[in-house]
Amino acid sequence: MDYLTSSDFLFLTGTSLLKTFFLIFAVVLPMVSYTVYAERRVSALIQDRLGPNRTGFPLSLIPGVKNDWSPILGGLGQPVADAVKFLLKEDFVPAHVNKFYFWIAPALSMMPALVTLAAIPFGSTILNVPMVVANINVGLLFMFAISSVSVYGIVIAGWSSNSKYPFLGGIRSSSQMISYELGMGLSAVPVLLIAGSTSLPRIVEFQIQNGWLLFPYSNGHFGFAKTLLWIPVIIAFVTFTISMFAETNRLPFDLPESETELVAGYHTEYSSMKFALFFLGEYTAMIAGCSLIVVLFFGGYHFPGIPNGDAHGGLPILRHIPGTIWGIVNITVFFGKVAALLFVFIWVRWTLPRFRFDQLMKLGWLYLFEIALVNIFLTAGILAFTH
Amino acid sequence: MATYVVPRPNLTWKEKMYLPAIVAGMMITIKHLKRMLMGETKVVMQYPEEKWDSHMPEHYRGAPTLVTDDHGRERCVACQLCEFICPPRAITITPEEIPAESKFAKVEKRPKEFEIDMIRCIYCGLCEEVCPEQAIFLRKDYAITGTTRAEMKHDKAKLYELGGVMDGLVHKWNPKK
Repeated sequence: MDYLTSSDFLFLTGTSLLKTFFLIFAVVLPMVSYTVYAERRVSALIQDRLGPNRTGFPLSLIPGVKNDWSPILGGLGQPVADAVKFLLKEDFVPAHVNKFYFWIAPALSMMPALVTLAAIPFGSTILNVPMVVANINVGLLFMFAISSVSVYGIVIAGWSSNSKYPFLGGIRSSSQMISYELGMGLSAVPVLLIAGSTSLPRIVEFQIQNGWLLFPYSNGHFGFAKTLLWIPVIIAFVTFTISMFAETNRLPFDLPESETELVAGYHTEYSSMKFALFFLGEYTAMIAGCSLIVVLFFGGYHFPGIPNGDAHGGLPILRHIPGTIWGIVNITVFFGKVAALLFVFIWVRWTLPRFRFDQLMKLGWLYLFEIALVNIFLTAGILAFTH
Repeated sequence: MATYVVPRPNLTWKEKMYLPAIVAGMMITIKHLKRMLMGETKVVMQYPEEKWDSHMPEHYRGAPTLVTDDHGRERCVACQLCEFICPPRAITITPEEIPAESKFAKVEKRPKEFEIDMIRCIYCGLCEEVCPEQAIFLRKDYAITGTTRAEMKHDKAKLYELGGVMDGLVHKWNPKK
């Protein structure tokens, strides 16, 4: 009881709430809407089109302002227009659905994606407050456990819609999950072996000291053991990324949605904000997945030469500038890396065709699983050999 | 029916891995993206600023319009053939006598009001085909828009404004020329 009224507890609660609000409302949700915009623009450019390049911000609705503001690139107002459109659409619930599950499914697909973000260290420290909402020592397991829950949203949506195409989408989703989940979990184990911890901030700190896992020389030191470990790390990275594509239902593994064969898959019967929640959930899951890849393989918020939030590490000259600024720079670096990975996700989507159902299961069970399993022993062998 | 078994290609280990092919595909798409960003690909036409107008053929069937001849006289004699042939009944003509003091009194009739409902018009061109005086022509205007139904009804003034002047003789009744 004393602890609940102590200033430590209030400080922890207050900073956690601030971090949560900052992360969700200032970073992730705007990022989601602009990822949708980027998806449309990049897909258009890849297909030799232009994409939405007109919508500005309707400032002329405000009395006294004459011109709409359309930024140089154009179309940057598109996410706002999309959101308004979603809000104004009729929220139609078909008569034949199972109402309770039909209503709960969109929330179930959105919530896990947001919850997983809690364990992500998205920055070093600002004023000695670590930039991670929940600094738990099983961060990676937490991510795996919670992100798998989002498949329930899809399965329940498919089942409760009481219609054949959503049903097929839901079924595909569940079987897709059991195919890739093993490979994904196992392909992250080499990272845990090397870093020696499942805590995500710990993994990042390890990479700051010993170089990013995928770019082992980023701390400026060369080493035989590091170079040898590069091989299993690259294998782990490729298998993990492929599994992450499956986890986030992105092409080439968007079997639950597969708009060319199943109308819109599991969210065929949904409209308005309920559909938008699925949409947001998919893109939030993408951001959470990209954040996890960044944390595990790309050194998290670290950039060679830039100090931490407490003005330690990095180039000596830069340590004179106050740590708060570097804390903000670290957050920017982290989300810059995430944005770059999001671009790769989009790029892959508009390059590859969809896998067939049996091909995905074969890939998950016969290749990713085995490769990840062998990779664990390879990593363990190299670690035992070099220590 | 004879069956032919298509031989499965023997893939090399590199092809079986798929990853090189995936990377090659991604290189192709990024090349397209780069060309678009550099402005080397020019496929899309930005509609309101750029239009197909200059590429349109002479026989393009756009909005039906009324034309005047080279003396500035309206060609339409209000025979109402176009009104009768119009499949969606978009045309409404109210004929009137030409006053005796007019220079063109011998033409006998002219349209007092000539209305084409552009919501009904199907751009079939039968009115142009049937007109004995070559007074009605389908011109190249295709973006006929309006905010009210009344606005979409083209009256006589609007039709002459769109049609303009059409030179040349009416060859239909004078095949020797």
